[in-house]
Amino acid sequence: MIALFDYLVVSAILFGLGVAGIFINRKNVIILLMCVELILLAVSTNFIAFSHYLQDISGQVFVFFILTVAAAEAAIGLAILVVMFRKKKTIDVEELDTLKG
Amino acid sequence: MRAVLCLVMSFFAASGLWFLLNAEFLAVTLVLVYVGAVMVLFLFVVMMLDVELAAIREGFAKHLLLGLVVSVLVIASLVYAVGTKSFGLEASIPTLQSVNTNNAKILGEVLYTNFLYPFELAGVLLLVAIVAAISLTFRRRRESIATEPSKQVQVRKSDRVRLVIKMDKEGLPTPKGEI
Repeated sequence: MIALFDYLVVSAILFGLGVAGIFINRKNVIILLMCVELILLAVSTNFIAFSHYLQDISGQVFVFFILTVAAAEAAIGLAILVVMFRKKKTIDVEELDTLKG
Repeated sequence: MRAVLCLVMSFFAASGLWFLLNAEFLAVTLVLVYVGAVMVLFLFVVMMLDVELAAIREGFAKHLLLGLVVSVLVIASLVYAVGTKSFGLEASIPTLQSVNTNNAKILGEVLYTNFLYPFELAGVLLLVAIVAAISLTFRRRRESIATEPSKQVQVRKSDRVRLVIKMDKEGLPTPKGEI
């Protein structure tokens, strides 16, 4: 029988990998967006594990909304990326410094 | 490119995990919506933008150490916080559910009664996302010669006709010039 702890460990590892990806990646905005998706996936797995083991459906409802919001955010992030690429012809993360003081 | 496909694979794996956790509706939704739409969108964008790859590889090593340290710290603190006795994980016993539970039906019953308001708000959020994405990236075709009927109706005579030479009574042009 798979214990709840194992699911939480898997979710924590996915989360850590996503965070590491955001730290390591300095050159590619697409990788940044994909790491955010990984983090959201880890959190969703966590919610569903708890929902199963505590016999409460609210965890799955919340994951439903997380999926919705993550899809919308990915779409808009990619739209911004496309517009930025049209202007600057590069997808370097360090080129996004026009708001820098 | 490979990174996107690996992420697709991890989404499939997570979907399998969710099937094990008796969340069949959400697992299928993950594959259909998340992988099928969002990841395909990522693939389209990756294939559309031709980026020079050589500049991307540099700078990897010096950030690698910091990234690994931070991620190991995060994972360790999460696992430690969950594994202690005071978290109470032993109290939740994994229950076996009967095969006949319909996850989609249970979700639907809850979503349309208790969580109706957030459900409708999620719909509005998706609408806003559609409008935002289209308004950000829409480019009007410059050479399009489409007609605009509203402008056609608003035309005045002075926009279209200009009298250049004024004729007098015999039909000969006066040396007046323009009116």
